[in-house]
Amino acid sequence: MIKLLNMTVNGRAVSVPVEEGEALLETLRNRLELTSVKRGCEVGECGACTVLVDGRAVDSCIYLALWAEGKNVLTVEGLQDENGVLNPIQKAFVEEAAVQCGFCTPGIILSAVEIVGSGKKYTRDELRKQISGHLCRCTGYENILNAVERIVNELNG
Amino acid sequence: MSVGESITRVDAVQKVTGQAKYTADLAPKNVLYAKLVHATIANGRVLSIDGGEAEKVNGFVKLVTCFDVPKTQFPTPGHPWSVEKAHQDVSDRTLLSERVRLYGDNIAVVIAQSSLAAAKAARLVKAEYEEYAPLMSAKEALAHTEHPLHEEKPDNLIAHSHFTVGEESYEQAKAEEPDCLELVKNYQTQTVQHCHLEPAQSYAYMEGDRIVVVSSTQIPHIIRRIIGQALSLPLGRIRVVKPYIGGGFGNKQDALVEPLAAYLTTVVGGKPVMVELSREENFTATRVRHAIEFDTRALVRRDGTLIARKLSAYSAQGGYASHGHSIVANSTAAFKQLYRDRKALECDAYTAYTTMPTAGAMRGYGIPQSDFATECMSDDLALMLHMDPIDFRLKNCVQAGYKDPHTGITFYSYGLEECIQKGKKAFHWEEKRKEYAHQTGDIRRGVGMAIFIYKTGVYPISLETAGARLTLNQDGSVMLQMGATEIGQGADTVFSQMTAETVGITEDRVHIVSTQDTDYSPFDTGAYASRQTYVSGMALKGAAELLKKRILDYAAEVLNRPAEELDIRQNNIVQAKDGDVLLALAKLAEEAQYSLKHSVHISAEYSHHCTDNTFSSGACFAEVEVDIPMCRVKILRILAVHDSGTLINPKLAEAQVHGGVSMGIGYGLYEEMLFNEKGKPLNDNLLDYKLPTAMDSPDMEVEFVQVEDPTGPYGNKALGEPPAIPPAPAIRNAVLNATGVAVDSLPLSPQKLFEHFVRAGLIKEEQGNV
Repeated sequence: MIKLLNMTVNGRAVSVPVEEGEALLETLRNRLELTSVKRGCEVGECGACTVLVDGRAVDSCIYLALWAEGKNVLTVEGLQDENGVLNPIQKAFVEEAAVQCGFCTPGIILSAVEIVGSGKKYTRDELRKQISGHLCRCTGYENILNAVERIVNELNG
Repeated sequence: MSVGESITRVDAVQKVTGQAKYTADLAPKNVLYAKLVHATIANGRVLSIDGGEAEKVNGFVKLVTCFDVPKTQFPTPGHPWSVEKAHQDVSDRTLLSERVRLYGDNIAVVIAQSSLAAAKAARLVKAEYEEYAPLMSAKEALAHTEHPLHEEKPDNLIAHSHFTVGEESYEQAKAEEPDCLELVKNYQTQTVQHCHLEPAQSYAYMEGDRIVVVSSTQIPHIIRRIIGQALSLPLGRIRVVKPYIGGGFGNKQDALVEPLAAYLTTVVGGKPVMVELSREENFTATRVRHAIEFDTRALVRRDGTLIARKLSAYSAQGGYASHGHSIVANSTAAFKQLYRDRKALECDAYTAYTTMPTAGAMRGYGIPQSDFATECMSDDLALMLHMDPIDFRLKNCVQAGYKDPHTGITFYSYGLEECIQKGKKAFHWEEKRKEYAHQTGDIRRGVGMAIFIYKTGVYPISLETAGARLTLNQDGSVMLQMGATEIGQGADTVFSQMTAETVGITEDRVHIVSTQDTDYSPFDTGAYASRQTYVSGMALKGAAELLKKRILDYAAEVLNRPAEELDIRQNNIVQAKDGDVLLALAKLAEEAQYSLKHSVHISAEYSHHCTDNTFSSGACFAEVEVDIPMCRVKILRILAVHDSGTLINPKLAEAQVHGGVSMGIGYGLYEEMLFNEKGKPLNDNLLDYKLPTAMDSPDMEVEFVQVEDPTGPYGNKALGEPPAIPPAPAIRNAVLNATGVAVDSLPLSPQKLFEHFVRAGLIKEEQGNV
């Protein structure tokens, strides 16, 4: 059955018809054309579809679209400022060569936004645990950790 | 100067903002979805297929079964086509198969209006089978030939090859050297999967009588040829488009779902059809790394001189030939290339069909497998001789100027020994070996290392050819089109740097077209064999030199001076002798385009037929802590030292090494595809298949030894695959150093370590039974 979902996506209020059993991943990709949200496994194993819902990282492939009713959803399309300037976390990923094929990148950046949003400081090993829900086959996580560590130190230092 | 600088990736901003488009992101709104129906037996034959229930699903469009598709057999591996029949790839696959050759073989496909409807309907398709026993290893398949997997190969043997080095046989050498010590070992590697984060996917539609296929592939031009073969269509009627791809690692150097997608659009009147594999399908219905078993013998003198080796390698192919025997043939070549047998090397290699997922290319193309064998063997020999394993390697490894006796490939820029010495020093090798020599207790530490050698590209085994095109824009910037593909490794960035370097402009004036479209991209065979910076780099250098010459010829006309006196530097036409700026390139470019006297559209296209090859090499060092009762290995330190010639972009080179080392760690400690006795996969998902996470990945140290290669277009040579080669044996050798236990098969999983530690008496049997 089709229902109307009302939520805020990247700062903009949207009302969108969705199937009852539809995952947020499909709504964002297919109905709102936010294709940065990647489908890697569809069962919550790889983290490529991570988005922030009310500031909390969730696997959008196993998060029902209707659960987002009234909530705030953030994808990387919503991270740049109005002039297109990169968010400091995006910038750190670019500068630390933390991006290779780019498929896991949007999801990990959103987890990094959540980590930074906590306002806390973390050791490198704590950050390993924090991002361990994201799989990456290209980078060995080294430069991703460098980028996340740098931005946590800069913004929460 | 641009080559040698660590500029940021040209595609990084697109990838952090979500602007970068991958195959599924580009599918049109009205796309139909196809879902494969997979066999639920590992070996047998489909007797009948019943789609009655499937047709009732809302949104169902069409069922296509193995009985409906053309009987044409085609090859799938991403090799350049050989015009000589004897060297052509094995054509052993149809679009869907009546003969079931692996658990999950593709027997039918449902097309529906949504992916959910397609999945629902596919689940309702029923099949009846005649079932045979599964054949789970190469040796088993060679011994059981009652129901050969392919009638063309009645013994299940795809190929056998044999080579020798030296004048005499192993047995002669053994008879001549009675004082030699002999080591007899069986080394085994396991089946692993590439696990690129973007599963295999393609969609296809028709434009008139032409078929357009958009695909996540490393090899668009080769895919075009394979689709033509599969559908018996002239290649001109096929167009393949390759957007950004979410990793490949060799899996996408193969026709995976492209021929099927191309066929399916033709059965629905040219409407777009998407074939998008699930993660589970990506494990079993694409390609995996060959499991190879090595039966080896080695003879050494008591002073550590390697006298002779003899080995047989058995490679498990899976249900279809794909890259087939090329993998184990390449694999065994490392035995002759990496070490010097003073008297004899005898090598036999066999590739057998098995009822397992089809094996194909995966980062390192057989070398991670043989490197595990050679590097275990070196440490095992050194231990037998009471010799330091580094001393053993230095005494026996490949030397400067080495030339392969069969292929003629030459080690033009030798950096191996320096890599070993650099790593040895940085790792405090001697101190650590002393420190860890006499340990007791449950927690023990050790250091180990491994070396490797790897060629650059596929010459002279296969054709090496590449093309590049440059067009001067009116603003003095340059459009760059390559046939070579960006697959995450950073190709687009280093090609931009090469262009800037040779033309004489800054990188911001180079605009690379990342997408390959066979309708307009220059021809290139694609991303594999660590070839692109080398082979495609040669084509690009040729194009850039040609473009520069044409610009200077036009500048000579405008400035009324001989072209030889002119040069391009920093986006300006300058006087060659002193660099005095004469004219901005932007101004000249505008004049060239719009001149009322003589307008010229300045561009350059160049194709290069490469007849060179060279070796890369390196060493990996690992320090581990082994928790014996818990059977757990923790990596305390890992260092990769690479001899890859001149680096085009050191920061990206380092990042490439990180990823390879991580893949090597997974290969060494965690990853293995498991099957039950019926051949059904047990861990075809990312939860049960242990891909390293950030918590399993130590910080990785990277060093380079930069010896300029005289054959490389910018002194460069292979780097893409090599980092994945030596970490697994380095870790295995560190565990040997820590515990005295030699594990001869991969991975060093807790279960396997437990069995070994019990056998070695490190864990008491009673303890083990608790």
